[in-house]
Amino acid sequence: MKIIVCIKQVPDTTNVKINPETNTLVREGVESIINPFDMYAIEEAVRLKEKYEGTVTALSMGPPQVESALRESVSLGVDEIYLLSDRAFAGADTLATAYTLAAGINNLEGADVVLMGKQAIDGDTGQVGPGVAENLGLPHITDVRKIEEIDGNGYMTVQRLLEDGYVRLKVKLPAVLTVVKEINEPRMPSLKGKMRAKSKEMKVWTAADLDIDKERIGLSGSPTWVTKIFTPPKPKGGKIFQGETRDTVSELLDELVKGGIPIKRGGGK
Amino acid sequence: MNDIKVIVEKCVGCGLCIKACPYVAISLVDKKAVINEKCTLCGACVDACKRYQAIVITRTTFSGQKVAAYSGIAVLAEHRHDRLSSIVPEIIGAAKVLQKTLNKKLSAILVGKNVKHMAGEIISYGVDEVWMIDNPKIDDFAEDVHASLVTDILLEKKPEIFLGGGTVMGRSLLPRVAARLLTGLTADCTELEMDPEAMILKQTRPAFGGNIMATILCKNHRPQMATVRHKVMKPAKKADDGHEGKIVEMDYIDIPDSQVEVLEFVKEDTNTVNIADADFIVSGGRGLRDPKNFKLIEELAQALGGAVGASRAAVDADWIPYSHQVGQTGKTVNPKIYIACGISGAIQHLAGMKSSDIIIAINNDPNAPIFDVAHYGIVGDLFEVVPELVKQIKGK
Ligand SMILES: Cc1cc2nc3c(=O)[nH]c(=O)nc-3n(C[C@H](O)[C@H](O)[C@H](O)COP(=O)(O)OP(=O)(O)OC[C@H]3O[C@@H](n4cnc5c(N)ncnc54)[C@H](O)[C@@H]3O)c2cc1C
Ligand SMILES: Nc1ncnc2c1ncn2[C@@H]1O[C@H](COP(=O)(O)O)[C@@H](O)[C@H]1O
Repeated sequence: MKIIVCIKQVPDTTNVKINPETNTLVREGVESIINPFDMYAIEEAVRLKEKYEGTVTALSMGPPQVESALRESVSLGVDEIYLLSDRAFAGADTLATAYTLAAGINNLEGADVVLMGKQAIDGDTGQVGPGVAENLGLPHITDVRKIEEIDGNGYMTVQRLLEDGYVRLKVKLPAVLTVVKEINEPRMPSLKGKMRAKSKEMKVWTAADLDIDKERIGLSGSPTWVTKIFTPPKPKGGKIFQGETRDTVSELLDELVKGGIPIKRGGGK
Repeated sequence: MNDIKVIVEKCVGCGLCIKACPYVAISLVDKKAVINEKCTLCGACVDACKRYQAIVITRTTFSGQKVAAYSGIAVLAEHRHDRLSSIVPEIIGAAKVLQKTLNKKLSAILVGKNVKHMAGEIISYGVDEVWMIDNPKIDDFAEDVHASLVTDILLEKKPEIFLGGGTVMGRSLLPRVAARLLTGLTADCTELEMDPEAMILKQTRPAFGGNIMATILCKNHRPQMATVRHKVMKPAKKADDGHEGKIVEMDYIDIPDSQVEVLEFVKEDTNTVNIADADFIVSGGRGLRDPKNFKLIEELAQALGGAVGASRAAVDADWIPYSHQVGQTGKTVNPKIYIACGISGAIQHLAGMKSSDIIIAINNDPNAPIFDVAHYGIVGDLFEVVPELVKQIKGK
């Protein structure tokens, strides 16, 4: 079985702090990491490989420094790594990104399963997965929390998380899946894996290597334009109650009632 | 060719662009801004440098559809289990605000099996037309089929704006539609506004886990598409005066077969309402110390008629299922009241609940970062405070 996992390198927002005076992001020392959701996609890809045999290829689009993310994926069990990197890809929104990644997947002659993260933590859109599927003409399932099995006829059964429960779905492969955190617990890189990651050959493809329409990549291929970026206003200083529990609780409730907040009394709906 | 350039003569070396860049792609060299290869051409610096106009991005755009041929607003009437989703009146509410400036027709797309009975309700919210495909072949969950049908309807009806819910369904369906139509889509918007001069939709949304907000335009492509975050927009009210609207059956459009077969839907029977829908959420974190203490959280949630949320620490410890996790790797919620009990307020947790109307924190550490975003807080032991809250709410 051939598995492709799409991973994105993102700034590590764990280290992002807000400067309380200027209310702007403090970015000094912010490192780049593999998008957390993609770690689950990598792990699931490796588990599929271990269970059904095959290869796992990691694919990313981004600037040259994404190499470190792809190498890290090798230490986690990925076999082959490909980077789509070209100044002409820069500024891609989700439409152009999905188009470009799909072209990369086509260049790899497709896959049985394409795994992606639910969303990237910089843009938080979750649009690239379904977009890639549409470009490839494949079905997709978002928010997958469990892959139950792949049967002998190439049908995969998965559980997909919904707001009020989950739904069990059966899809004929090839298909594109985006995964949530619940799906697995990623392993730590092995020592052998780390060694392999160092020496692994990474293939880099530019726009010229792909079968694409140059007008549909990067900034030119992006219908959406960011016109303004600003920091959201902070809540205007909270009211903190301290003291005897009975008093603090009643002070809080009084305050809420005064603020016109409908505290339903007497219990559930 | 697209490019970003610093006009050296105009650059005063103020460094505002450096602060604005989310990708650490700008530095000062000899008191002039220099942009490195980490740049994604996102445009944040251009906005930051409005005053000096020293940074410019040149861009060519691939030709979009004939913009002038598109008119009016359409919304997706999402439904589940034979009922309109609660996001629908919210999207219609947002659309009606836009309609005030745009002054064009407001329509809704309704696709499914046995859905006709929902059309009247949609119209009562103030919708002019319901474009409907009601066919026994269409399953609620077959979003590949929905995507194809919705695309066909949009191609025929050509609305200039198309909005869907920032729900699991909407966020899966609309990207597929946008990719077919080759148009832009902005995810999970918290603010929508018409630019009254250009008559373009200004779409504002949080990014970087809610640390920054971005306003996004889709100038040359139609429809301008967005998903709308749950619980942010003011829902439309049903008009009592009998708003006139009509149902347009589009039943001549071919129904494709779904490639995805639905085996079963399993409703999670845990704790009352789902957190995406709830007006009140009570969340528990590591401060609860033991899974059985989630009972306290449940009791408070029940007293308020709300749902139970959790921090990742509580989920990782297997105290409560992942579907309750709030935050960057969990769900984004927008309740009227969010009560965080024994949660420190790590940035990843805040990412999922910061835009709640009112945040209440209960924590025994007065320095916990959760108090920085809380509108109200009680410094105290949650094992005393939470039962007391239940007692006083029930007793009042
Ligand atoms: C990539 C990534 C993604 C993440 N995604 C998420 C996410 O989606 N959601 C999420 O929540 N986290 C997420 N995290 C984890 C996050 O960084 C924190 O570790 C987590 O939110 C901490 O949970 P907590 O507040 O329950 O626990 P802690 O940080 O341990 O806080 C417990 C709090 O309880 C208080 N407390 C203890 N006892 C009592 C008592 N008796 N009464 C009152 N208060 C008490 C303590 O003072 C403390 O403030 C993510 C982390 C990473 C790296
Ligand atoms: N530049 C990229 N390179 C590789 N994969 C990507 C890229 N951008 C997005 N993805 C994949 O698409 C998923 C959703 O990203 P997004 O739609 O940006 O939130 C991520 O979790 C990745 O799996």
